[in-house]
Amino acid sequence: MSSELRYTANTQLEHLHARYTGTGHADLTKFEWVTHQHRDSLASIIGHPPLLSYLAIADGEAIGRLKFEMTERMLQPCGPPPRKDDD
Amino acid sequence: MHLYNLTLQPPTAVTQAVVGNFSGARTQEIIISHGTRLELLRPDVQTGKLSTVIATDVFGSIRSLAAFRLTGSTKDYAIVGSDSGRIVILDYDSKTSSFVKLHQETFGKSGARRIVPGQYLATDPKGRSVMIAAVEKAKLVYILNRDAASNLTISSPLEAHKNNAIIHNIVGLDVGFENPLFAALEVDYSESDQDPTGEAFNTAEKMLTYYELDLGLNHVVRKWSEPTDPRANLLVQVPGGQVASSDRFDGPSGVLVCCEDHIIYRHMDRPQHRVPIPRRKHPLGDPTRGIIIVAAVMHKMKGAFFFLLQSEDGDLFKVTIDHEEDEVKALKVKYFDTVPVASSLCILKSGFLFVVAESGNHHLYQFQKLGDDDDEPEFSSTSYPGHGMADPTAPLPHAHFRPRSLENLALADELESLNPVMDSKVMNVLPNSDTPQIFVACGRGSRSTFRMLRHGLDVEESVSSELPGIPNAVWTTKQRESDEFDSYIILSFVNGTLVLSIGETIEEVQDTGFLSSAPTLAVQQIGADALLQVHPHGIRHVLADRRVNEWRVPDRRTIVAATTNKRQVVVALSSAELVYFELDLDGQLNEYQDRKAMGSTVLALSVAEVPEGRQRTPYLAVGCEDQTVRIISLDPENTLETISLQALTAPPSAICIADMLDASINKAQPTTFVNIGLQNGVLLRTVLDPINGQLTDTRTRFLGTRPIKLLRVQIEQSPAILALSSRSWLNYTHQNLMHFTPLIFESLDYAWSFSAELSPEGFIGITGSVLRIFQIPKLGMKLKQDAIPLSCTPRKFISHPTNRFLYLIEGDHRVLGEDAIDRQLVQMRQAGKPIDEEVLHLPPEVFGRVKAPAGTWASAIRIIDPVEAKTVGIVHLDNNEAAFCLAVVPFAARGGELHLVVGTASDTYLAPRSCTSGFLRTYTFTQDGTGLELLHKTELDDVPLAVIAFQGRLVAGVGKALRLYEMGKKKLLRKVENKTFSSPIVTLNTQGSRILVGDMQDSIFYAVYKAPENRLLIFADDMQPRWTVAATMIDYCTVAASDRFGNIFVNRLDQKVSDQVDDDPTGAGILHEKGQLMGAPHKTKMLCHFHVGDLITSIHKVSLVAGGREVLLYTGLHGTIGVLVPFVSKEDVDFISTLEQHMRTGQISIVGRDHLAWRGYYTPVKAVVDGDLCETYARLPASKQSSIAGELDRTVGEVLKKLEQLRITASGF
Repeated sequence: MSSELRYTANTQLEHLHARYTGTGHADLTKFEWVTHQHRDSLASIIGHPPLLSYLAIADGEAIGRLKFEMTERMLQPCGPPPRKDDD
Repeated sequence: MHLYNLTLQPPTAVTQAVVGNFSGARTQEIIISHGTRLELLRPDVQTGKLSTVIATDVFGSIRSLAAFRLTGSTKDYAIVGSDSGRIVILDYDSKTSSFVKLHQETFGKSGARRIVPGQYLATDPKGRSVMIAAVEKAKLVYILNRDAASNLTISSPLEAHKNNAIIHNIVGLDVGFENPLFAALEVDYSESDQDPTGEAFNTAEKMLTYYELDLGLNHVVRKWSEPTDPRANLLVQVPGGQVASSDRFDGPSGVLVCCEDHIIYRHMDRPQHRVPIPRRKHPLGDPTRGIIIVAAVMHKMKGAFFFLLQSEDGDLFKVTIDHEEDEVKALKVKYFDTVPVASSLCILKSGFLFVVAESGNHHLYQFQKLGDDDDEPEFSSTSYPGHGMADPTAPLPHAHFRPRSLENLALADELESLNPVMDSKVMNVLPNSDTPQIFVACGRGSRSTFRMLRHGLDVEESVSSELPGIPNAVWTTKQRESDEFDSYIILSFVNGTLVLSIGETIEEVQDTGFLSSAPTLAVQQIGADALLQVHPHGIRHVLADRRVNEWRVPDRRTIVAATTNKRQVVVALSSAELVYFELDLDGQLNEYQDRKAMGSTVLALSVAEVPEGRQRTPYLAVGCEDQTVRIISLDPENTLETISLQALTAPPSAICIADMLDASINKAQPTTFVNIGLQNGVLLRTVLDPINGQLTDTRTRFLGTRPIKLLRVQIEQSPAILALSSRSWLNYTHQNLMHFTPLIFESLDYAWSFSAELSPEGFIGITGSVLRIFQIPKLGMKLKQDAIPLSCTPRKFISHPTNRFLYLIEGDHRVLGEDAIDRQLVQMRQAGKPIDEEVLHLPPEVFGRVKAPAGTWASAIRIIDPVEAKTVGIVHLDNNEAAFCLAVVPFAARGGELHLVVGTASDTYLAPRSCTSGFLRTYTFTQDGTGLELLHKTELDDVPLAVIAFQGRLVAGVGKALRLYEMGKKKLLRKVENKTFSSPIVTLNTQGSRILVGDMQDSIFYAVYKAPENRLLIFADDMQPRWTVAATMIDYCTVAASDRFGNIFVNRLDQKVSDQVDDDPTGAGILHEKGQLMGAPHKTKMLCHFHVGDLITSIHKVSLVAGGREVLLYTGLHGTIGVLVPFVSKEDVDFISTLEQHMRTGQISIVGRDHLAWRGYYTPVKAVVDGDLCETYARLPASKQSSIAGELDRTVGEVLKKLEQLRITASGF
C-alpha cells in the first residue's frame, strides 16, 4: 500500500485498491505489475486441478509437491524488487 | 457449424474425497469430487466393494470439499468451495437420491482467483463453524447452527483477512466446546516485495496463526501467531477437548505441521515435538532431496487416535502421539505401508482405507492390522534433544525404513480411472466388431497403462460346456413360486427336449413330466407349484404331484408361437388363430371359449408379468407377418378384442412387454414398454398406455444384422430385457436410469436368466452347441477396459498404416534411464560401496522409481499389439534421451518405404526449456513391424515436439522452428525452414501442401509449402493467443483444437483466401502481402468455442457407429471422453438451443456457478450446446418437464426422444 497510492486523492479508490489486491493503477512499476501477474497465474494454476496435473506430469513430480512449490513461489515469483535509483 | 457436446465418460480423476454419514443412516459414505462432478460412493462392508449411489455434474470447478456434522446430529453435510465465488452446503437426500443445496452464500467474484476464497476449507470438528480461504489474504468464517425447527442455518461471514499473506493451508482445531479455533499457515510477502537486497525474502517466516471465533462476541480474532518451519506445507488436526461426562481429554489438541523432511507437533503455549519423516535408503537416491507429506488423515477410535501421513513417494506413515491429559509426551512415527500417491485419504469406521489416487485407479484397502506390534523401527521425538526442537533450524538426522509389500492393508476394491489420459486413438482393430474401439495411453510413471475401451458391459463367464447337439432355445425354471433359485434347465432341440436339474452338479433328469420327444416353445413355472411346457402339439401342465394335464392342438395344426406368465398362457396356431388360457383360483388352466383369428401368420407374442396382487395382465401384443403389431385385450370385459395396431417397416421377429422404471418418463412407477424386434435387426421401443392400450412414443435403435430375439430377465430384482442379434444388448434400470448397453461377449443364439446360489442374477445362453453361464459384474458401466502395463508415462502413440501394431513413446522426467542406473551401479561397485540389492529391485509398479534430479530422463519406444493386448517389442533410449514425438513417414527418396521417425532430446530441462542436443531418430521396421532398426540419428539444436509425414518427406517442429527434412544416407537433410514462430511448435497436421502448426502459446498457424520455390510460408493465423495442446483438421480449411485451460474450439479459414493461396504457385503473393495485427496476412474465424472443464489432450474426427455420421471425439486429461456432434438441421439447432436456454434459467448449478459463465470461462461459448445440461431434463420433476416442453411446443416424450436420438445416432452410447 502507501507509496504506490501516494497520488491517489480519492480515498474510496484507495479503499478499493486495498480491498482488491492485484488491481493496477497509474503508477504501477513494471516489477509490481509482473509480480502481480505471476501471483495471479500461480494462484490460478493451483485453483484449476487439470492444469496442475498437467504441469505435475510434465515435471515428473507429485501434484502435492507441485502445489506446494507453486505456493512457495508466490512469495517472490520474479526475484527481489529493483533498487530505487533516487529517493 | 453448430455442435452438440456430449460426455460419453465423465472425468474419472478424483481431486478430493470426504467421508461422512451423508444419508443419515448408519453406514458411512464417501463424497468424491471429480473436479466438475460430485459423486456419492457407498462401500459395502461385507464385500468390500464400492458402488456409486449418485453422480451429478456441477457445471463448475470444485476446488475444496469438507464434511461437517452439527453437534448431536447423526447426519453429515458437505460444504463445497468452488470457483463460483459462493460457499454451498449440500445435503444428500436419500429419498430422491440427489444432492440438495441447503445454503448458498455469495462472497466474491467467480473464477479461481487469488483473493477470492474457495481454495481451502476447514470445519470445526463440532460443526459450529467453517472457514473458507483463498490462496492469498482472504479468509471468511461462517457460523453454522440450527434454528427452532432444527434446520441448518448459516450466518453472514466474518472476515479474518490478512493483507499480503500467502496461505498454504488451514485447518480447524479440535478444542472441544470452547470457542472454535482455526489454524493457518501463512507467509507475509510485504517485506520481501520492498527489499531489493533479497534479505527479507531469505528470512521470510512462515507463520502458524490461530484464529479464534468468539461465539459470544460474534467476531474473529487473531489469537496467536508464531513462526514455524519455512518449508511447512500441510496442517493436520490433532484431537483435543474434554469429554463432557468425565474430565478425560480426548487428546492434546493442536496441529501437526508437516514440513519438508519433518513433522512437528505444535500448539499454543506448549512445547513442540519434532520427528523426521522416515525415508527410503535407495542406493541411487539423492540423500539431500527433501520429502514432503502430500496427504494425511486422522482417525479417532475409542480412547485413541492415530494419523496416516503419506509422503510424495506413496509411503504411508503411522503417526501417534503419547499424551497425558492434554500434555504431549512423545510424537512417534513409523512406516506403515506403501500405496499409490493419493490426493485424499479416507478411513472408514468399518476398517477400510480409501486411497484416492493422484493418477490411475483408486483403491479401497481393508485394514488387516494397525501396525501396532511389528518390528518396524519407530522414531520418537523423545530420542532427540529437546524433543527434536533443540535447534529448529537444523535438520534432524535422517531416519530410514525399508519399503516392503503390504502388511497392514489388503486391497479390497479398485475403481477404474483413466486419469491422466495422455493420448488416444479411435480405431477398429478387432475382428467381428462393427464399432471402433478407443485406445488410450494413460497413467503416470510406473503405474501407467495402455487401455482399450469398448462400449459395452463386461461379462464374466463361469461355465462353458459343449452340448451333444445344437439347441435352439434354453430356459430355466423354479419348481415352486416360493423357490429362491432355479431347479431345472430345459434345452430344446429340433426333435426333442432335454431337462437338466441344478444341484451340486448339473445332470440330466427324466421324471419331470416334460415331454422329451418334441421341441419346446415355452416353459413357465405357473401357479403356486406347477410347471408348464408348450410344445408344437400341445400344452402340458405338470402339477406338483407329477400328474400331467395336457391340452392338445386340433388336428393338422401346430403351435407356432407362445407366451406365458404366472397366470396366463397364449398360443398362436399355424392357422393364424390365438388360443387364450388362464389359471383359475383352483390352479386349473382353462381355455377361453373363443379363438381369435388374426388373418395373418403370427410371428411373435408377448404378455407382461402379472402385476403384484392382480389376476392377470390386460394386454397381449401380437406381431404378424403382415408387418403389424396389434395390442389385444385379455380383460374379461372384452377378451381378445383388438385395441390398437402399429405398422412396422419389416416383419417382427420378437416382442417383449416389460414394466420397467424409466425415471425420465415416470419417476414413481414402472412404465410398460412394448419392445418389438424386427427381422432386419431394428428394435422399436414403444410405451403402452396402461389405461387405453394405445402405443405411443416409439424409439428405434439398430442392434445388429440378425433378426432380434427378446427375453425378459431380472436385473437387481427388477425386469430387464436381453436383446439378441449379431450383438447382445441389455436394457435395464440402474440407479433409476434406463440403460441400453451391448454385452462384450460372443453373440448368443438364445439366453435366459439363471439363478443359483453362486450366481443369483446370472444368465444362461447358447452359442452354437456351447452352453454358457455368465454374470454381469459391473452394472452401470458403459466402457469396458482392458489394460496393458507400461513402464513410464506414455506421451504419444501412433498406428501403422499397414500392420496392426501401435508404436508408443513413453518417458519420465526425474527418473534414471536403464543405462544410467547400470553405469552408476558399476561406479559404486568399483568404489566398494555396499549396495542394498533388495531395495534396488523393489517392483517399480508398486513402489515407483527412485527420484533423480531435474534433467534426468528414462524413455522408451514400445510396440504394442492391440488385438492380443501385449507388448511385442521395446527399445530403451540411452544417454539420457527422452522421446517427445513420433511419426510414420513414407520417404519418397527411399521409394516410399515406411520409416518411424522419433523426435528425442538429451538432458532436457523443462523450465527454462533447454537440451544439449535434439535428435530425429529414423528407424526402419523389421520383422513385420515387431522390431525397429535404427537407420540414423539427426542432430538438432532444440527439442523436437512434433513431427509428421509430408509429401514423402518429414516436417518437424524443432523448438520454435518449422523444418522440412528429406531422407539422406547418413542423416535427414534439412531442406527449408521457417523461424517466425514465437514459441515452440506442439502440434502438426497436414492435408495437401498445407500444414497446420499448433504453437504452444499462439494458437494455430496455417502454413503452406510451395515446392517450386522451396518456401515454407505462414499465410494465416488466429486472432487470439491460445496455449495449444491438441489439434486436428476437420477439413482442408477447418481445424478443431484445444488449449490448456480446458477449452475446445473450431477455427476456419475463409474459402476465398484458401483458394487464393493455392492458386499462387510460388507463394510470392503471400510473401509480399502485408501482415495484419502483427501477424500473418489472413486471419481464421472462430466458429465454435466451448469450455469443457478438463484439459483436452486429443481430438479425433471419427464415426462411432457403423454407417453413422462423423463426430469429434475428445479425451481429457482427467479421463473425460466426450463427443462434439454437428447438428444436421437448423430446426435441431433452434430446438436444442432453446431447450438449453430453458434448462439454464431453470436450473442453477449445485455449486452456484452460472452455466453460461462456466461454459464461456475464458471466451464466450459459441455455437456449442451443452448436451450434458440438456440431458438433465430427464431428471427434472414432471411439472417442470412439461412446462419446458410446453414452451417448446412439444410433448415431454418428444423432447426426451430427440435427446436420446442425438445421443444414439452420434455415439451409439
